[in-house]
Amino acid sequence: MSKAHDVLFRSLADPTRRAIFERLCREGEKTVGALTARAGVSQPVVSKHLGILKQAGLVRGRHVGRQTHYSAQLRALAPLIDWTRQMAGFWENRFNDLEDLLKRMDQ
Amino acid sequence: MSNDTAETRSVVVEREIAYPPEKIWRALTQSHLIEEWLMTNDFKPIVGHRFNLRGDWGGVLDCEVLAVEPNRTLSYTWNFAHDDAAYNLQSVVTFTLTRTRTGTHLRMEQSGFRPDQKQAHGGAKAGWQQFFAKLEQVLARTE
Repeated sequence: MSKAHDVLFRSLADPTRRAIFERLCREGEKTVGALTARAGVSQPVVSKHLGILKQAGLVRGRHVGRQTHYSAQLRALAPLIDWTRQMAGFWENRFNDLEDLLKRMDQ
Repeated sequence: MSNDTAETRSVVVEREIAYPPEKIWRALTQSHLIEEWLMTNDFKPIVGHRFNLRGDWGGVLDCEVLAVEPNRTLSYTWNFAHDDAAYNLQSVVTFTLTRTRTGTHLRMEQSGFRPDQKQAHGGAKAGWQQFFAKLEQVLARTE
């Protein structure tokens, strides 16, 4: 698994962080204050989670005056969607090796 | 080819092979032959037999034989245990061999991420699976 995958999987493995991200997906752009109101954790904790989501490219911040509005970046999820494609690639390669083996078994 | 639903994600790879099912069956079920195309292993074609597949990258897969129908069907679990729920994988691999005029149609289906599997693994893992289900809904809406 690549480093980009590592970052992505790790950033979404935490339930609180995932809840924040899902809320941004469902409800659109939000400030830290609005997110904290329903996150069940303190504002510094929400800010920390947003920082990690930002590093993974899953969230983007937009400055409006003194506030930052955060929004979900769905495009960053593409590597996760590719899971099935990657496994299919793995099996295609294994099948190539299997066919090579079958040829050798002939001799 | 892949087929995704909310409950399970599966990968299907199919291939026409110019050899009879009996020969492919040997490559799928004899340990020293499996090693040549898949991974090193201690496989035995006996239902209930537990074995490991060891990858070049150092990863070890925990497997258990689920079905053995000579020259037709072979199925085993393909699990990767990891402390980090994000890396946990619980899946089942099934090979189906169908005789054709020119050889064999070989089909491999790997299905995993089923929410009903091993809930004992804890909330974090269940959360991850639910996330996948939700993710697909989100993407279906945004496409």
